[in-house]
Amino acid sequence: MLAPSDGTIRIEGLDIASSRAQALERTNFAAVYAPLPGNLTVYQNLRVFGLLYGVNDLPARIGELLRQLDLEAFRNTRCGVLSSGEQTRVGLAKALLNRPHLLLLDEPTASLDPATARDIRAKIRAFAAEGGSGVLWTSHNMYEVEEVCDRVLFVSHGKILIEGDPKSLPREHGKATLEELFIATAREPLTIKEA
Amino acid sequence: MAIHRTLAIVLRQAYLLRGSPARVLPLFAWVAVDIVLWGFITRYLNAVSGSGINFVATLLGAVLLWDFFMRVMQGVTMAFFEDVWSRNFLNFFATPLSTAEYVGGLVLTSIATSAVGLVVMVILASAAFHLSFLAYGLPLAAFLLVLFVFGIALGVFACAMVLRLGPAFEWFIWPIPAILSPFAGVFYPVATLPVWMQGVAHALPPAYVFEGMRTIVAGGSVSVASLLGGCVLAVVYLLLAGAFFVRTYRHAVRTGLIARYSAETLN
Repeated sequence: MLAPSDGTIRIEGLDIASSRAQALERTNFAAVYAPLPGNLTVYQNLRVFGLLYGVNDLPARIGELLRQLDLEAFRNTRCGVLSSGEQTRVGLAKALLNRPHLLLLDEPTASLDPATARDIRAKIRAFAAEGGSGVLWTSHNMYEVEEVCDRVLFVSHGKILIEGDPKSLPREHGKATLEELFIATAREPLTIKEA
Repeated sequence: MAIHRTLAIVLRQAYLLRGSPARVLPLFAWVAVDIVLWGFITRYLNAVSGSGINFVATLLGAVLLWDFFMRVMQGVTMAFFEDVWSRNFLNFFATPLSTAEYVGGLVLTSIATSAVGLVVMVILASAAFHLSFLAYGLPLAAFLLVLFVFGIALGVFACAMVLRLGPAFEWFIWPIPAILSPFAGVFYPVATLPVWMQGVAHALPPAYVFEGMRTIVAGGSVSVASLLGGCVLAVVYLLLAGAFFVRTYRHAVRTGLIARYSAETLN
């Protein structure tokens, strides 16, 4: 949603600077630091955001997502009183409303207990497995990245330092795990880049 | 511009109002308080002055029109503040929502909330103090239009200021109508003011409304050119406020302010 400081951002060929609305119709996002308004219920929030994204047959889509994300019991509960795990699921339901072609997730499992985090990962993988959508997932949890992602990019100060398959990448750089590679990259980015 | 996105903004405000008496009550409570207070003051002035001036039509009418203007402005700012308080900008502006659709939603919300205040004000003032707004005749429609457009313009300008300067700036927004009222000649003719204040008054659309209202109460006919001037001025302010909001939004998107809004980095 922010304007790039340099270059262009294209989503399915649409330049976000000149075709912002059309580009954003194809995307959605969820982040722990951007919870939905706590003074609206789960259903009310999903209805408002469903209208913003122009979702067809919105009541049915909301019902479907409430079932998929185990949120039916909280349909009429204000989001502000939900636990962090429940709020993450509501945020994910909002992010999936318009069946985005590009789903942006910023640390979707941060601050969740391991069981809830695993559950959330499974839901996102199920969405990705439906096909037709890409998921861009930012995380500092390398075990999670290794488990979920097909491709990983290490980025520092706007530059891509390393990219590749998270399962083979550590070996290629002489490290035992992705976490070791991450730590080494964070400490000595230029050395790793040249290796 | 997609109407469904504008309606989404209105729907959010409707949900908030529906579930919260604390939000519904102020729509008409202050209007009712003003009617009672100024109704009795004007009734007392009518009794003791012996001047023949109808203070109910001049003062109470002016107070209520000014209240209408404030309701319109606050209708926009209150709807905007709901997004400030719930830190919702990131969620909203990551959707295809445009600034025109967003501001359009705030304006529609303000129309609905200020209409509630207007209806309550008309019923109470006529029932309790026999003030008939119809006594102002056809110009009343122009009065309401000028005050409405200028109220929206000031509301949009206030939203842009809070977007630019941060949530703490909210407290500078509330006194704006009180600061403008001495210049707008709400309670007295603009000619009463010193020359420099008259200059400011001529730049304020409400001044044309209250001058016209007093002329009608005194038995004269309102100047169409003057009222048209107030109307044009209000539209110009609205366009300027809209452009200022868009510029402020673009700055917030370019600098990343919108994602770190609550940090009040400008402070």
